[in-house]
Amino acid sequence: MADHALPAVRTPRRSLLNVLRKHRLYYLLALPGLLYFLIFHYLPIYGIVIAFKDISPFSSVADVVTKPFVGFKWFRQLFESFYFWQIMRNTVWISLLKLVCVFPAEIVLALLINEVRFTRVKRTIQTVCYIPHFFSMVVVAGIVMSLLTTEGGLLNQLIVLFGGEPTMFLGDPRKFRGVLVLTTLWQEVGWGTILYLAAMSNIDPQLYEAAVIDGAGRGRQAWHITLPGITFVIIILLIFRVGGLLNAGFEQILLLYSPPVYEVADILDTYVYRSGILGLKYSFAAAVGLFKAVLAAALLLGANLLAKRLGRTGIW
Amino acid sequence: MQLQRSRGEAVFGVFNIAFLSILSLTFVIPFVSIVSTSLVGVEEWARRGAFILFPQRIEFGAYHLLFTGGSRLASGFFYSVARILVGTALNLIFTATLAYVLGRRGLPGRVGMTLFVFVTMIFSGGLIPTYFLIDRIGLTNTFWAMVIPFLISPWNLLIMRNFFMALPESLEEAAIIDGATPLQALVKIVLPLSTASIATIGLFYAVWHWNEWFNAFLYINDSAKLPLQVILRNILTAGMIEDTEAIPIDQLPPTQSLKTAMIVVTVTPILCVYPFIQRYFVKGAILGSIKG
Repeated sequence: MADHALPAVRTPRRSLLNVLRKHRLYYLLALPGLLYFLIFHYLPIYGIVIAFKDISPFSSVADVVTKPFVGFKWFRQLFESFYFWQIMRNTVWISLLKLVCVFPAEIVLALLINEVRFTRVKRTIQTVCYIPHFFSMVVVAGIVMSLLTTEGGLLNQLIVLFGGEPTMFLGDPRKFRGVLVLTTLWQEVGWGTILYLAAMSNIDPQLYEAAVIDGAGRGRQAWHITLPGITFVIIILLIFRVGGLLNAGFEQILLLYSPPVYEVADILDTYVYRSGILGLKYSFAAAVGLFKAVLAAALLLGANLLAKRLGRTGIW
Repeated sequence: MQLQRSRGEAVFGVFNIAFLSILSLTFVIPFVSIVSTSLVGVEEWARRGAFILFPQRIEFGAYHLLFTGGSRLASGFFYSVARILVGTALNLIFTATLAYVLGRRGLPGRVGMTLFVFVTMIFSGGLIPTYFLIDRIGLTNTFWAMVIPFLISPWNLLIMRNFFMALPESLEEAAIIDGATPLQALVKIVLPLSTASIATIGLFYAVWHWNEWFNAFLYINDSAKLPLQVILRNILTAGMIEDTEAIPIDQLPPTQSLKTAMIVVTVTPILCVYPFIQRYFVKGAILGSIKG
């Protein structure tokens, strides 16, 4: 961003004090917001030391500062436990399943919606598809539970109607992940079309006209014009989805899971919550959380870097 | 230009709309099923074996119990609305002031301050250090635990900064030359020019406050201070509301009706405002993606 405007800022002898004084009212205005970030984001970042010390729920704030470091004790405990691999596998696996199912579905849905030529029908379909995105996770979990319960849930009633046996979907390790993926699909597939539809509306209509003159039907237009027109958006979004790979859906899983499905459903986030907040092992849980935060930041920065590089050079 | 349409394309058009309509139904049917379940009485529940798309007799027993039977619904509404009013107001004040400064071209330290915010979008201390902090500064079990730790969303901050930066600089410059302080320039020049944008960001915060449940669930133990979402969560897991001892057991509505009625109560306000707010969120999603 070019730093123009505000003349006379760049005097040769600009001391820090002078700069501060000159713009003090701006800094004063920024102060509350910056203090907020300092206290509620940077203090917890300092609080990472909890992962390297022996901190319990009874420890004071002073303990966090003064207690001796215990090195990587908690990390060693984490990596040596057999549970760690299970959690990692669940986190990545659930995330990948969602990526593989939801991501292409959004693109296909966007292409189909784009083909609807009646504006009002198109609007209505969009409006309906976006709704679940505005529901809280508790509401969505409640709907899922009500549909799947064996006490008269819609799905089990249908299964019984067709001569099957009612199934405890939420308590069955073989079905639980499928429920998670379908829940995310239901809640987010509509909303996920927005950026694609926006990109499609930016495609030059002349391209379509030229294609029509060349004898291309709607299918060929979609394949040769619409899809290439959104390829860039697809790639950027894919990169960022991969960047968020460690976020497998904490709130969703926390609301829907139960001990019988921990083996397939327990992810890093839920493990931090259970061992730290419920199990009161603050230092251990902080170590698990830090492990995740570092990996997630690396993934995200990598994604960002990749996206930027593509953005500068284009993809063809 | 009249497009020549082949027969195949016409068929595709029909099937496409048919498919999308069926798809749309899958978004609607679960909700219809929730509403009807909430309206079924004990007798019909026992007789027809639960799931009923359209009840033969509509009974409001579940709603009656929710609204009268010590379900904390009144206090839940109060705290959810209070969150929205107080929380969103503070969100906007904190976000707008910082966004204005971050959008001030040529201000020394601007890049540094933006980076200061940006880092928190990439990396966080995690649940435990945050919980420890909020607990030790005495926010646990207070209303403020739902407001103060979430004063600024970095995402909304950057969107608002971009709004401000899109305004013509000359207006502010003129005001400042006339002797206005930055705060005056913000309040008298910038804010009136971006009312629509501020309202949009306010909407994002308000809907977030209405839907947020995890932090309220985490930090508030006193059931008299819980917002609606957490009360719903507790009813879903427990299958019961508090203090049902007062009601004779044979008059209790089916558990499923109670749960679904609570879902309906929690989601209705969102459904009512949804048609009006949808387009702002769509715009916001697109804006946020351009300059993320």
